[in-house]
Amino acid sequence: MERLEVKNLNHSFGFTKILQNINFTLQKGEVLSIVGPSGGGKTTLLHLCADLMDVQEGSVTNSFVSSSFAFQEARLLPWKNVIDNISMGLLAAGYRRRDAIEESKKIALRFGLEERDFEKFPKDLSGGMKQRVSFARALVLKPSLLFLDEPFSALDIGLKKELQTILIDMISKKEISILFITHDLMEAIRLSDEILLLKADPGHIVKKFSYTLPQHERDDAFVYEQSAKILQDEEIIDTFELRMK
Amino acid sequence: MKFALKILKDFPAYLWSGWGAVASILLFIAFWDAGNQVYGDLVLPSPLETFKTLSVMLSDESVITEIKTTLYRASIGFGLSLVLGTSLGLLAGFFATASMMSRPIVTILVGMPPIAWIVLAMIWFGMGDETVIFTVIVASFPIVFVGALQGTRTLDGELKEMAKSFKFPWHMKFFDVYFPHIFSYVFPAWVSGLGMAWKIVIMAELLATSNGIGASLAVARSQLDTPTALAIVVIMIGSLMFIEYIILEPIKREVELWRD
Ligand SMILES: Nc1ncnc2c1ncn2[C@@H]1O[C@H](COP(=O)(O)OP(=O)(O)O)[C@@H](O)[C@H]1O
Ligand SMILES: [Mg+2]
Repeated sequence: MERLEVKNLNHSFGFTKILQNINFTLQKGEVLSIVGPSGGGKTTLLHLCADLMDVQEGSVTNSFVSSSFAFQEARLLPWKNVIDNISMGLLAAGYRRRDAIEESKKIALRFGLEERDFEKFPKDLSGGMKQRVSFARALVLKPSLLFLDEPFSALDIGLKKELQTILIDMISKKEISILFITHDLMEAIRLSDEILLLKADPGHIVKKFSYTLPQHERDDAFVYEQSAKILQDEEIIDTFELRMK
Repeated sequence: MKFALKILKDFPAYLWSGWGAVASILLFIAFWDAGNQVYGDLVLPSPLETFKTLSVMLSDESVITEIKTTLYRASIGFGLSLVLGTSLGLLAGFFATASMMSRPIVTILVGMPPIAWIVLAMIWFGMGDETVIFTVIVASFPIVFVGALQGTRTLDGELKEMAKSFKFPWHMKFFDVYFPHIFSYVFPAWVSGLGMAWKIVIMAELLATSNGIGASLAVARSQLDTPTALAIVVIMIGSLMFIEYIILEPIKREVELWRD
């Protein structure tokens, strides 16, 4: 069975402890969210899981057959046009150029990009379009595990919904497992099977919430209701510093 | 290949956009002619006379030999600067210590006036090819070096990380991530290095050799042959403009389409 297992993970930058004793397991087909305030070490944790950074203490075991990463910023190659940017991951995975381009065009259309955008360079794209391209680049690989680092945070509501709908569709078909990082609680409630609450200084997990209702059956009412429930929790109020002063 | 074709395809449009430049050159020639009418033929020969002298000179075998000599020195000097400057600059850029250590050396190279180098080179190498070539290298190498160094130093760590996350093989890392960025720094440095080489070669020849167009300029000066001197200046500027606007600029445009 494919899974990602994090055990007793600690991490420091210099003398500053960023992550302390993190433990969790992500099973195939599951969506696991890590929610916490900005600067809490979420990106660091995700980079450790995705092997973009060396583990200092503890262990990360990833047995998923394939994975890809959508970053907080789009991180497109400025000298490549939309289609070439999307096809980068496919080319790196050894696809023939023609097939890679064809796949990329298909997914670009699915992600709401238009044919006339295909040849554009990133400098001519809006923030939302860049993020679509970045998303398409990660998903065109049909990864078994997807790492998402607040990919929606810079988007307007419409686009956010649109991309989330695509993800929910893939989740329902059990096509994908997601390790999802966000500071937006409602977003996490909409997408996750399990939410871990990360408290800062140093980042450690203080709470765990699970949801069994399938993602495609969750409506706004469900999200609001669950958010309200969670927001009554002392721990959450502390973590997000929501307490009235 | 696709690239070369695109450059050729866009070339007519580029030329067409050059009308403004042509107009300004014509305006410049008009002022020049006015200057001639004010100061007389000895001080400032008319454009017409200059271009006549030029065409006589260009049909003269010995002048062509001088031009070839100068071209040879400039290309050897610039070629070496290009190869050394680019490779050492890249190398220095990849190592933080090396780039720190190279900074004072670059400052010395850039800060030292070329004329001082010429004097030193005359002492070291005597009057000849080596002196000229050495001076050209010393003047244009640091420009290329700094360009390559900065290109490498400013590589985007986030893009490197992206490449790592998608497991780019080494050739993709190099050609798709590093190269376009570095090239966008190195290419303009080559262009300014070339301009520098062309200026310095004339100056070094004028002071340190008995052949090449720089030396011809010295002869024209000693004989107060102003039309020839001006014709030589036209050759220098004309060739530089040809290289810069007809060859390099169209390439630069295609290469940097992705830039803001
Ligand atoms: N490469 C690094 N070197 C030193 N400190 C870092 C580095 N990356 C992140 N940090 C610090 O670690 C903390 C957590 O950062 P990050 O993981 O990006 O948090 P989040 O994604 O939750 O906002 C921040 O205080 C940040 O300044
Ligand atoms: Mg972050």
